Amino acid sequence: MTRPTILEMTDIRKSFGNIAVLKRVAFSLRKGEVHALMGGNGAGKSTLMKILTGVYSRDGGSVLIDGQPVEVHDTAAAERAGVAMIFQEFSLVPTLTVAQNIFLKREPRFAGTPFINGAEMKRQARLILEELGVDIDPDAPVSGLSVGYMQIVEIAKALSKKARILVMDEPTSSLSEAETEALFELVNRLKASGISIVYISHRMAEILKLCDRVTVMRDGETVMTADCADLSVAQIVEAMLGAGNATSFEWKDRQVPATAKPVVQVRNLRLDKRIDDVSFDIKAGEIVGLAGLMGSGRTEIAETIFGRRRAVSGEVLFDGVPVANQADAIARGIALVPEDRRKFGLVLDHSVRDNIILPNLERFTRHLFVQDAVALQTVRDTIRDLAIKTDGPDKLSRLLSGGNQQKIVIGKWLARDPRLLILDEPTIGVDIGAKSEIVETVRAMADRGMAVLVISSELEELMAISDRILVLHGGRIAQDMNRRDVATEEELHHAIQGHSRPQAALGAA
Amino acid sequence: MQSKATAAPRPPSALPKVQLQNYVVYIFFAVVLLFFSVTIGDKGFLSVMNLFNIARTTAMITVIAVAMTFVISAGELDLSVGSTAALAALTCGLVMQAGFGWPVAVLAALVAGLAVGCLNGFFVTLIGIPSFLVTLGMMQFIRGLDMRVTYTNPVSISNQSFNSLFGSGNLFGVPSLLIWSLVIAVLGHVVLKYTGFGREILATGGNRMAAEYSGVKTRRVKFAAFLLSGAAAALAGMLYSGMMQTARFNFGEGAELMAIAAVILGGTSLFGGRGTILGTFAGSLLIGTINNGLIIMGLDVSEQMMVSGGIIILAVAFGKKPTA
Repeated sequence: MTRPTILEMTDIRKSFGNIAVLKRVAFSLRKGEVHALMGGNGAGKSTLMKILTGVYSRDGGSVLIDGQPVEVHDTAAAERAGVAMIFQEFSLVPTLTVAQNIFLKREPRFAGTPFINGAEMKRQARLILEELGVDIDPDAPVSGLSVGYMQIVEIAKALSKKARILVMDEPTSSLSEAETEALFELVNRLKASGISIVYISHRMAEILKLCDRVTVMRDGETVMTADCADLSVAQIVEAMLGAGNATSFEWKDRQVPATAKPVVQVRNLRLDKRIDDVSFDIKAGEIVGLAGLMGSGRTEIAETIFGRRRAVSGEVLFDGVPVANQADAIARGIALVPEDRRKFGLVLDHSVRDNIILPNLERFTRHLFVQDAVALQTVRDTIRDLAIKTDGPDKLSRLLSGGNQQKIVIGKWLARDPRLLILDEPTIGVDIGAKSEIVETVRAMADRGMAVLVISSELEELMAISDRILVLHGGRIAQDMNRRDVATEEELHHAIQGHSRPQAALGAA
Repeated sequence: MQSKATAAPRPPSALPKVQLQNYVVYIFFAVVLLFFSVTIGDKGFLSVMNLFNIARTTAMITVIAVAMTFVISAGELDLSVGSTAALAALTCGLVMQAGFGWPVAVLAALVAGLAVGCLNGFFVTLIGIPSFLVTLGMMQFIRGLDMRVTYTNPVSISNQSFNSLFGSGNLFGVPSLLIWSLVIAVLGHVVLKYTGFGREILATGGNRMAAEYSGVKTRRVKFAAFLLSGAAAALAGMLYSGMMQTARFNFGEGAELMAIAAVILGGTSLFGGRGTILGTFAGSLLIGTINNGLIIMGLDVSEQMMVSGGIIILAVAFGKKPTA
């Protein structure tokens, strides 16, 4: 069954300065369809969507909605045409209530007066939220909502403006598993009611599960549009990277000598929340994956090893000696790449160079002065070794893509030559190309004897990189699995959900 | 690698015009200088005497502003510097009146300034109160203290070594006030730009959490910035008293705002993370030059205030980065 086409973008062109970002791009969207838009960073996805939502104006080409040509010169025009963007970084006012946010600047008035009819506003808000099948109090202040609910309020706001086309940019990147499930349910409900959705995401599994069609962009061009049902992950990856460029995101069986000494030993660790009794070792040269649900305490374990948190009881031994505090951890060679790189990993307004120097300051400082020439060599080496795509060391890190920003955070620690590297969700918001480069880098460091702890919610990633996978459940290590013995992602998934024994995975392709 | 290099979309704001905006303070300074040279050059604006005069009257603001650059770059603010300057001046004067030599008095004044900085640092970094509030309260408290110690009576300073060293004297024909401000500016520039401490200040102000996670002890860094600020305020207070050969409770009134204006004019980000002492120095001179020129043009105080206030807003507007 082919549904009618609601949006037709053809021949879209856009340049910034003399750099052509979009070269005759075509994109079409059917009524009631969830259409994935994929591509590496810099492929042109967000530029295309910014043209659709009126943030940028196009240099050429046409946009048809319901067969009628539309000019979306600004966001207000896009809104009138029924297009709304659900922002990655939310555009809600935290201090206002849910209803106030939904109707911001469009509040219902008492007839003939400038006064806002609060009761009516609440009634309408409740109606929309009910339609979405969610239980949110219209009077609740937005600041108290979880990220998942904030996103739903964003969607409600768009629907209240009679939007028929929703653009969702990485909607699940900061959602928990339960929230993600709820969002998928909501997306399916929207779809059933005839809303069309453009869905931007880097997560393959998610896209194959949720979307009807996929369009892949590369270097400012549309390289593929196809039905999801006919596609495999490999085909999408190949389309994104170009034939032959697809570095394998697959597991390599590595040998960690049995005689290797444990670098870090976590002994009966108990933290004030979530973690009751956790023990494990990581040997030199070993890559250990830490799996578990969001909020299961994985990050807290990482921060305790890094000396940022105190244990209620139990201890963390590094080379057999307890870690006193963060300064001690860093000095002795522990490095942490935190989950939220923009918040905890980078000084965004500083250059690539300054960010890489920061954790290495004392090494480059002689008699109070920073030896910039010496440091620059290290910075250049780091940029080269990690293949960070930047115009130069002095480019502001804010201007780099997510994948390259993450490489800076990893690189700044690798420049210290740490003995234990902890990576907390290292590839969130990182495109597939950079993702496999990061995996390669980590593997190469482990081959040189570094111990690695990888925390990830992406099972694919854990399966690709780990030698051993620890499953955290109910405040304990529920399972300690040799990667060799885990055949499929399903097995790992079962373990994470709390099944005591991995079920034999049937029907896994 | 290069096969995969793509034409990354650049937001229009990343185009070269950003460059010019970094130099807006120097451009404004040049324009103002040119304007006054043409209009009042023949009325003595360009005389060496007058140029030294500008340097003399801006010295205190410069000294305070240099330390303020550290505080603002670290993501904080210090409004207490004006009253601290007066406190240091009075301390200095009273200690000399009590019969001690000037080195003891100078030391006492510095201790007073450091004590205020220490209190500010304590409340901001250990109790966690925003520096705007802490130093606003401190500004008021210290000004009250200034008035209380001598019941608003001035303390005259007769020690000529002190006066000539800290304000009225010359070295090889160059006013000591100018030398002080140059020394402090150069020192500040070197520390902010070339030392590990300077980098830590900027990283702390740029993203405190990221700095923490990179091993920077951000509380210690901020505390140090407040100590610097207190010490600089004390020096500024001594420069006031050396110039006036007396110490008064009302020294440095409004100096905190002038200093902040100079810092921001110079291109330092009000939100931290980005700062230059050279810019601050130019910003301070710009304010001093405007005030001086307007006086020579014959504007009265009310008109001077309006014009210089307007110019400050204009200059900051031109220097604004277009990115949201």
